[in-house]
Amino acid sequence: MSRTARIRLFWVAAAVFAVAYTAACTGLPRFGTEVHPYGTRAVTSALHRHTANAVSAVNFDQRALDTLGEESILFAAVLGTIVLLRRTRDERVGQPTAGRVLPSTRLLGLVLLPVTLLTGVYIVAHGQLSPGGGFQGGVILATGLHMAYVAADYRVLKRVRPLSVLDVADAVGAGAFVALGFAGLIAGGAYLQNVLPLGTFGQLSSGGLVPVLNAAVGVEVGSGLIVLLASFLDQAVEVRSQDRSGSGGGT
Amino acid sequence: MVRTADLLPLAVAVPLFGAVVLAVGGRWLPRVAIDALATAWAALEVAGLAVLWQRTGDGHSVSWLGGWYPVRGESVGIVLVGDRIGIGLALLAGALVLAVVVYSWRYFDEPPVQHAGTFPALILLFEAGMCGFALTGDLFDAFVFFELMGAAAYALTGYRIEDPRPVQGALIFGVVNSLGAYCTLLGIGLLYARTGELGLAQIGLKLAGHHADSLLTAAFVLVITGLLVKAAVVPFHFWLPDAHAVAPTPVCMLLSGVMVELGLYGTLRIYWVVFSGPHGIAPPHLRATFVAAGVLTALVGAVMCWQQRHLKRMLAFSTVGHVGLFLIGMALLTPEGIAGVALYVAAHAGVKAALFATAGVLLDRHGSVDEHGLYGRGRDLPLVGALFGLGGLALAGLPPFGTSLGKAVTEHAAGDRFPWLPVVFVLVSAATGGAVLRACARIFAGVGPRPREHDDGTETTGSGEAPEIRDPQRPIPIPMLAVPAALLCASLAAGLLPGFGSALAHAARQFTDRTAYTAAVFGHAVTPSAPLPEVGWSVEGVLLALASTALAALFAAAAVWGTGLPWHGVGRAVRQRVVLPLRRLHSGHLGDYVTWLVVGVAVLLVVMAA
Amino acid sequence: MTILPFLSAGWIFLAGVYGLVTSRNAIHAVGCLAVAQSSTYVLLLTVGYRRGGTAPYFTDTPLGTRVVDPVVQALALTDVVVGATVTALLLGLVMQVRKRHGTVDPDALTGLKG
Repeated sequence: MSRTARIRLFWVAAAVFAVAYTAACTGLPRFGTEVHPYGTRAVTSALHRHTANAVSAVNFDQRALDTLGEESILFAAVLGTIVLLRRTRDERVGQPTAGRVLPSTRLLGLVLLPVTLLTGVYIVAHGQLSPGGGFQGGVILATGLHMAYVAADYRVLKRVRPLSVLDVADAVGAGAFVALGFAGLIAGGAYLQNVLPLGTFGQLSSGGLVPVLNAAVGVEVGSGLIVLLASFLDQAVEVRSQDRSGSGGGT
Repeated sequence: MVRTADLLPLAVAVPLFGAVVLAVGGRWLPRVAIDALATAWAALEVAGLAVLWQRTGDGHSVSWLGGWYPVRGESVGIVLVGDRIGIGLALLAGALVLAVVVYSWRYFDEPPVQHAGTFPALILLFEAGMCGFALTGDLFDAFVFFELMGAAAYALTGYRIEDPRPVQGALIFGVVNSLGAYCTLLGIGLLYARTGELGLAQIGLKLAGHHADSLLTAAFVLVITGLLVKAAVVPFHFWLPDAHAVAPTPVCMLLSGVMVELGLYGTLRIYWVVFSGPHGIAPPHLRATFVAAGVLTALVGAVMCWQQRHLKRMLAFSTVGHVGLFLIGMALLTPEGIAGVALYVAAHAGVKAALFATAGVLLDRHGSVDEHGLYGRGRDLPLVGALFGLGGLALAGLPPFGTSLGKAVTEHAAGDRFPWLPVVFVLVSAATGGAVLRACARIFAGVGPRPREHDDGTETTGSGEAPEIRDPQRPIPIPMLAVPAALLCASLAAGLLPGFGSALAHAARQFTDRTAYTAAVFGHAVTPSAPLPEVGWSVEGVLLALASTALAALFAAAAVWGTGLPWHGVGRAVRQRVVLPLRRLHSGHLGDYVTWLVVGVAVLLVVMAA
Repeated sequence: MTILPFLSAGWIFLAGVYGLVTSRNAIHAVGCLAVAQSSTYVLLLTVGYRRGGTAPYFTDTPLGTRVVDPVVQALALTDVVVGATVTALLLGLVMQVRKRHGTVDPDALTGLKG
């Protein structure tokens, strides 16, 4: 199809879509409606299980299987990226050269690195109480580590980034989620059942299985994301194809 | 002793855990140990699903995850529901994964450094996605497993990054399928807004209290869009040949054998449980739409399949053609149609996987899957040729293969309602089977004149493929021949074992009963009242099957020897007027494919609202 | 105009798809896919809104406070992670496309056809 034909065809189809979608929206309940049957039940059930953060209760208790599936997608994406961005026969590794970093940037990075990591851990640990949890905290942990890349250079990042350990940690985090599900079966209940002591409402130890699953997810997301980024950074900074071997990469 | 209900989540958890073990173990274990571990794990999954199939019988197995059993008909949890159609598909996926794992023993010569277990781990993740999708009774959960299937499949398709084509095919596959999935999610959002529920049965019950309106139609179309993309129904099919032609052979076996069919399963399951209630989508309306889509898909697939010289692309288009036939059978909305399709899908999976597996041997030997380039070069591989030819005959519907029985039963169900439909079944089977027989005759027997080269720039040739294994001197590994042979035997058994057909007849009756599914979710057993469909050989079915096989042989013979005959001029005219424009539509252009996706959605919106 | 928030989701979706259709760069196309996906976040969160509701956390908010639907927020979170990971995979593929084909322009990538 020529470009013009394609765009014309798209506009026709998009017009039909727009009309049908608008018509559909007129049939929806009013924006901001009071009626949320599932949501109301979810809040009640969350409080019942001593989980102050209802979203975490949905993600890690009521609909934990969704989260297990989503964890596995992340795991698959990390494995997939390792495969897709592996070094091939015709590529060689260049030596990254150090870039110049302003002393103030270096200092800021040095200060922010521990602060960011601490924030990450805090957010993972408080997932059952306040906004946050394994994903959000895991992402902060992973990006925090890359402060070393921003504030210093690639070689420093490589030193503080034990890839082979993180790689295993990613898999172990994913495996821990699957395995924690078996706790319910062992206790005679259903798979992924929240069978741990529920603790006191509003306390760090409340929520039973929720904080434990959060920790597993935090480990998986944090390490998985670093491995993922490492594959991309390797490609950008280190890998040279045969024909363009001359260009060196600055960091 | 594991409870039956617990086998449902285990069907997902076992392969997930296996993937973790392989990913970690792959760092230290030798190659042999990884292959053995993967095989053992795949076998364990098959065993678990077989027990589940056996114990579920003609009822439903239901598991409320996290122990969130419904209280007064309401729950906050996710439910997994297994009936014999869903469990059967999971079992089919499990069996194919086992075949694939055995086939790919020592398949890739160069796994990523320190990550030797990655390929089998991704295969197991793919399996977990397929099993979860087949067994879930929750709409959003179905989306999650649908995406898990997708993510694993994109990575597996692009596995051979040294070759330019796989990365491109995988990118198209990923973008088009993801866009389809997001349409599905928009539909889920609309349904949630209306009903405030996510479980299939719960949404279905709530929808029965509303009148059919534009919201219902739009939600239905959006939800099934992602599934129809996965099922490669025209015009959502463009990604399929591009992905199948380039994916590693073991992955093609899974994509064509079961993943595509899962898209159809999802469409019909969701229609039945969610939309077929009172004030839902009217059955005659849906039947007309889907039968039309099925016929179009079948014909496009058959015509394009016949035109291919790239063997894997040929097999991919044959899958499109057969998906069309499956869609016709399912769209009849009768137990007989479903029973026939279930049998057809099971047998087709064996045949198609066997064909891909033998094409993989050619790729291994000769670094090419080009019908023209391989002319006569397969003479030294008589066994492979026999398997390939037998696969072609089975595809065409030679009795007593299961494909033949499945086709006969579906045909009969279709002919009852639309007397002209059996013609489509015969033609599509003959064209797809005939294309394989034509290639088989040229490659393995070297018969007929050497095909002339007339590259007009509209086709993918299939030469110059990077071999997936880099040692042409070694003998063909035994698994690479044993697996296709076993798959063909399984397909034969599907047609010969009488118990299999009657089990599927019960399963189909169960599948088409909305009340039984909904009741089972809430813990009541209801026996379906519909009459049991008849699944067995009939004189009419055998005659039609023999006709399509003979026609396939005729097509192949005409193509190989008939170049000088009088009809050749007519063929050229048809090719110029009809076939060439159709081929040009398969442009390999991402923007084109996305446009067709939106056009497909628009057409469905108009047709379903009419 | 209470349906305007719902319509915005459809608008975002079409904008993303338009970008995909007209894209001349595969990285841009993957970005447009992410735009199309973000329409699903908007729709889910809009659907779950309850007038005057606050976030569904009860650490500092007293029990019984009117809150928005936590289920759609959980779904959106799942959706975000799915989207991010799939985007990473697709970008990985684009990098390889660039290396193997020397271009990321869909108009120039026509190796698979017919």
